[in-house]
Amino acid sequence: MTFKPISFTLNGSSKAAFATEGQNLLDFLRRAVGDLSPKYGCGQGTCGACTVMIDNVPQLACLVLAESVEGRAVNTAAGLANGPRLDPLQEAFMERFAAQCGYCTAGMLVAARALLDANPRPSREEVIEGISGNLCRCTGYEPIIDAILDVAEGRVQA
Amino acid sequence: MAIHRGRGFAAINYPIGMNLGGDPSQALVHSNPDGKFTVALSAIDLGQGMKSVCRQIAAETLGVPVEDVYVDTADSDTGPHDMGSFASRGTHRMGNAVIRASAEAREVMLEAAAEELEVDPGDLMTDGKGNIHVRGAPSRTITVMAAAQAAQFRQGRTIAGRGIFLIPLSDVDPDTGEMSPVTTFAHAAMLVTVEVCDETGEVTVTDMQSAYEVGRALNPRLVEQQLRGGAWMGMSHAAWETTEPYYPARDHGPVDFNSYIMPGPGDLAPHHISVLERPAEDGPYGGKGPGEMCANPVLPAVVNAVYDAVGVRIDELPVTPEKVLRGLRALGGAKPRQRL
Repeated sequence: MTFKPISFTLNGSSKAAFATEGQNLLDFLRRAVGDLSPKYGCGQGTCGACTVMIDNVPQLACLVLAESVEGRAVNTAAGLANGPRLDPLQEAFMERFAAQCGYCTAGMLVAARALLDANPRPSREEVIEGISGNLCRCTGYEPIIDAILDVAEGRVQA
Repeated sequence: MAIHRGRGFAAINYPIGMNLGGDPSQALVHSNPDGKFTVALSAIDLGQGMKSVCRQIAAETLGVPVEDVYVDTADSDTGPHDMGSFASRGTHRMGNAVIRASAEAREVMLEAAAEELEVDPGDLMTDGKGNIHVRGAPSRTITVMAAAQAAQFRQGRTIAGRGIFLIPLSDVDPDTGEMSPVTTFAHAAMLVTVEVCDETGEVTVTDMQSAYEVGRALNPRLVEQQLRGGAWMGMSHAAWETTEPYYPARDHGPVDFNSYIMPGPGDLAPHHISVLERPAEDGPYGGKGPGEMCANPVLPAVVNAVYDAVGVRIDELPVTPEKVLRGLRALGGAKPRQRL
């Protein structure tokens, strides 16, 4: 098996680790880098649990080759909080009880953060579209939509 | 082509727990020298909030702040035995076990405090804020932490309690078959509105109004969370999800999330929830459990609403467009019940 060194930025810090040939970004982040916040759901790009941002664009880590993040900036749910200060989305998710089992939450938060970074005042329809690639089995989505709108409409602040 | 609107109603009883073979849960509670308590359980929190509810129940029974209770469900190998998280039994079975364990631990805690204060333990009360004081004499006081430290380091006493909740195995009457498989039922009623397209056969749930009776709602936000998510799952079971679309044939069975379809965030129906609280006699502080019955009333209500909308009676779930169209063809077109 050949190993390839990958240098990239993870949540604002420089990182370097070895990827195996053909390894996808999700596996690389979890096994080689040790960031367990992106979750393995389906492994084929249909559930959104592994959503991360690459150069500020939301991507499904299970469908991205690890080698392709060389020199790029990757952001995961683990980087949303700034020390003890949570991202407003994390506050709003707690306030709205927008998680039960929590398996979709990390991917959902990253998708929501990507949406709000690109469009700080989305409509309800735009929020729905923004998280439509992320499956949730527990909440019925409504608390998640409401939490994102709480942040977008300024009801929850950092 | 026309869109037909219909309304359907359903009411359900849902059993809490399953004592056909006996249905025990055990809990162990002990204090640490800092006056904080650990509740050990082997039942697992799947996200429904079982840990939060057991924490509240332990704090209430012990008479200490909820922040001072930690619920440990880490390991079913080493923890006290439990049948598990199923049958909507968590709050009821584990909650009752936690009450018993906490009551026993509280007794020892008060004995330790009494020895320090040189009073009778029967004269002591807790304020729920981490203090124990003599009834009628609030100045004669000791903190729970000081009592726990005295127990640990001076008195050689273990502040701990054991609790089990067991509803015995129900006998079956050999003549009538009569038995009593459960002691508590939760209840729900639901009214849904659907729109049925007679050209595509598509069924859209446009509104859900529900009333759920859950005993006392020990944690109202968690109850609402379960009801909202569970009703979504019920809607999904009613009109979308199946692993065996042509059971028993495996043809066209879904193999991934592209073909196993569920309603997404754009397919939600507004859901108006009323929670009725009728404390259950044998429930912990009156609680039962919302659990699985969150989803149950949606299915018959949707099927009844489709019948109301177009006159097609569907008796196999889910209500797919194909089944609606076959029903409409057999019926010679939509026959809305409201026009009959």
